[in-house]
Amino acid sequence: MTKQKDLILYSGLIILGLAAPFLFSAFKVQLTYLCVLIVLAMTWNLQGGEMGYNTFGNILFYGLGMYLTASVQVGMFFPLAEWTESGGEKTFVHTTAQYFQGIGVGLLVSAIVPAIVAGAIGYAILGLRGHYFAICTLGLGIAAGEIAGGIEIIGAGQGFTTPPFPAEIVDTEARGKFFYFLSFALLIGTFVFVKYIYGSRFRLILNAIRDNEDKAEAMGIQTMKYKIVGWMCSAFFCGLAGGIMGGLIGYIDSTDVAFDGREMGVFMVLMAILGGKGTLWGPVIGATLFHFFKEGLWTLILGWQYVALGVLIVVIVVYFPEGLMGWLREKYPERFGEVIDDKDRKAQVELK
Amino acid sequence: MLMVQASLDGILLGILFALIAYGMALQWGVMNIINIAQGDLVILGGYIAYTIYLWGIHPAWGVIISPIIMFFVGWALYKLVINKVVDRDLFISILATFGIAIVFQQLMNFIFGADVVVAQSEYGTTMLFDNSVTLPNSKIFSAFISVLYAVALVIYMRKSRLGRAIRATAQNARAAKILGVDTEKVYAATFGINAALCGIAGALISITLTLHPYVGLPYTVRSFMIVIVAGLGNLPAVAVSGMGLGLFEEFADYILGTEFRIGAVFLLLVLILVYRRFKLSRKREYLK
Repeated sequence: MTKQKDLILYSGLIILGLAAPFLFSAFKVQLTYLCVLIVLAMTWNLQGGEMGYNTFGNILFYGLGMYLTASVQVGMFFPLAEWTESGGEKTFVHTTAQYFQGIGVGLLVSAIVPAIVAGAIGYAILGLRGHYFAICTLGLGIAAGEIAGGIEIIGAGQGFTTPPFPAEIVDTEARGKFFYFLSFALLIGTFVFVKYIYGSRFRLILNAIRDNEDKAEAMGIQTMKYKIVGWMCSAFFCGLAGGIMGGLIGYIDSTDVAFDGREMGVFMVLMAILGGKGTLWGPVIGATLFHFFKEGLWTLILGWQYVALGVLIVVIVVYFPEGLMGWLREKYPERFGEVIDDKDRKAQVELK
Repeated sequence: MLMVQASLDGILLGILFALIAYGMALQWGVMNIINIAQGDLVILGGYIAYTIYLWGIHPAWGVIISPIIMFFVGWALYKLVINKVVDRDLFISILATFGIAIVFQQLMNFIFGADVVVAQSEYGTTMLFDNSVTLPNSKIFSAFISVLYAVALVIYMRKSRLGRAIRATAQNARAAKILGVDTEKVYAATFGINAALCGIAGALISITLTLHPYVGLPYTVRSFMIVIVAGLGNLPAVAVSGMGLGLFEEFADYILGTEFRIGAVFLLLVLILVYRRFKLSRKREYLK
């Protein structure tokens, strides 16, 4: 019964996703954003919700992926330094084939390199516990932004224009559709992967690390190994998401677009917490709600959006730390497969 | 001579950082909260001094006016948000104060504008070694005031009733409560004192360095760094590591260039944490 229900739900969502750019063709860019936000929230949840290692640093992989995709896409065919120096996109023009080859290889690189980076720094950083880890990753993300803003070959402070969509494709809708389907494919890939993890022993290990790392270690789990693998999985998808966003935005700035700790870096934490940490659907719902809230309200409160964002963070964190799914779980435990019999209920009453 | 210049600049700057870090150590030790908005409180204090400068009063008076105002800002902040996160998970306090930091940044941006501003103290400069080393008198003034306030605070914490209550709460909040200490009030006062220290530091920064609504976070990170190197409640160590950080920053500025200065600070944070992690892992311990 539940299998059939799931099948209907998933096929319905996929059909909706495939039809969305045609149904709401004016909102293609917004839909692409939504897909990327969901991916970021899900990968953050893998790290912060399941493993309990709350990170502000996943933005590092996002920005890294963004720079890598654009650099590979340009560097494969043209000299990168000349491109970034002053308006290279006017001198050098990617042909259609070159553009797609470039973005394909670029995305591949932007998935693998951040994962390797996560593995390399993971051993040093994942040994930190709790808030030290949080602040260390916060520093890492900001340091990356500041350093990227000083490197000449990727445009330094003046930014990096990513290759424009090939002009030979006349269809004006093609660019939006291309990036939408790219991000939608990424979303499906991430969801399938995360769902697979949720059914595996790996998730139980991550949860054990979250609940009590010392005990997990005492039980013979090599916690460091699993922590690094978990972070690498996060980095892999974050890098891809960054690569797609770089192509979509068309312009990379070191601190405002790529290593945007003030926006993206906070959003992903907020979305995951809003939906509910440590659940499969929580980040998806949280990201969707957040995106609708942001797009709907931010134009109304122009100029005040960051104040609203800050207040929102405080309110969610202080009054609503379990998130939407946690709240639902409290309210309707039967729906989550938790059997509550009379004995439990009595115990609950006594506690109160 | 460049070395001398950088060293002097670094030490004088470091004393200022140590003052902010002392505030952070205080509230971290007492309330077990890491306040990401620390730097933004500093900048707010700076803007208060800048405002009185705009009114035609000498900005140096800011070191008296700004902490008084900031004490109440801190108190209000405690009553509004912080008291709800004191006993909770540390990450919640980090995120909540991060939210406060964003709100503060944006409100300062609205009120004071996004320009880089500086309050002119017109204290002139001291020339040393045949005019090859220039030392603004405002920097000497700021270091002097920082030391003065730090010493005053230490004496206050030792001698006064509230100071003793704060120290008792830091040692064991529950025991202090049993013995009749109003811990809620102590927490509020601690956060207020921390904010007041930020106010002093901010007022000094407004005359020695520059102010901008978005430069708060580096001050938070600097004070965090100083605290983890020096430990909680060890004032001489805080002062020394503050000066060390100031030196590091000035030399990073000269060697790597100004555009990497903030990046170097954040990288140093990562390096210090990683170093501590490897040092402790030999004893199978971790940072608490």
